Amino acid sequence: MKISDIKELLDAQVLCGEVYMYRDVFSACGSDMMSDVLAYVKDQAVLLSGLVNSQVVRTAEMMDMVCIVFVRSKQPTDEMIQLAKDYKMVMLSTEKRMYEACGILYSNGLVANGQKKA
Amino acid sequence: MSEFVNFHFDVDGDNFVSAGQASVKVKKNLREMGLDPDIIRRVSIAMYEGEINMVIHAGGGVADVNVYKDYIEIILDDHGPGIPNVELAMQEGYSTASDHVRSLGFGAGMGLSNMKRYTDDMQIDSTVGVGTKITMRVNME
Ligand SMILES: Nc1ncnc2c1ncn2[C@@H]1O[C@H](COP(=O)(O)OP(=O)(O)O)[C@@H](O)[C@H]1O
Ligand SMILES: [Mg+2]
Repeated sequence: MKISDIKELLDAQVLCGEVYMYRDVFSACGSDMMSDVLAYVKDQAVLLSGLVNSQVVRTAEMMDMVCIVFVRSKQPTDEMIQLAKDYKMVMLSTEKRMYEACGILYSNGLVANGQKKA
Repeated sequence: MSEFVNFHFDVDGDNFVSAGQASVKVKKNLREMGLDPDIIRRVSIAMYEGEINMVIHAGGGVADVNVYKDYIEIILDDHGPGIPNVELAMQEGYSTASDHVRSLGFGAGMGLSNMKRYTDDMQIDSTVGVGTKITMRVNME
């Protein structure tokens, strides 16, 4: 799916990275513990998190992720938005809670263990 | 010793918000050097976990990344409290991090094991009351 599909499915607000909305993404990961996200590289492209601090953005950058979705309407700081812009990422914020947001994306084909397609 | 490129950083121990900046910089530098993306990711993730540890457990320190022809070496050196039982600290899930650190998304006790998993070699040299020096190596092949 495209990042723009994630925005639609989660009825999310776009916080930055509008120009990257048409990137294809194949898999995602949801967590508030950054070391769990860092534990296994499976080419996930999207990070869903309820945690709001700069380490969420750096963790996503470390994993070469292209999109961060904040659940429960969490709003990142200006500093975090600036980091995401530097890393050329899309940042979204949705009212939905973690379980629901992950469920919606998963059932629409965004798996946990994606293979990057050509 | 053969020729190498060195990146050196002072890691500020008082600022959790800026923690990880050195690792992000290393990732950028290694990309510019045109190294393999998988190697870059392993080096930068291992360094990032180590850098976070220096900030949350040791009050900061210094980080050096040396890029040799055949391998990359990451050296993290701090003057923190040291690790009394390295074997225990290496276990997944073991953590002395405070609830505050946990609420910031770290302190799951996965850092050292992540570092070990992503690198080809890791040595921990730690003395209680003196500090901790961690040397990691990632082979180019
Ligand atoms: N640089 C360090 N100085 C002192 N103690 C450390 C250092 N790095 C790790 N430790 C100790 O080892 C434990 C495990 O580290 P780690 O696996 O990274 O988990 P976490 O950081 O989530 O607690 C830490 O909780 C801490 O007690
Ligand atoms: Mg750690």
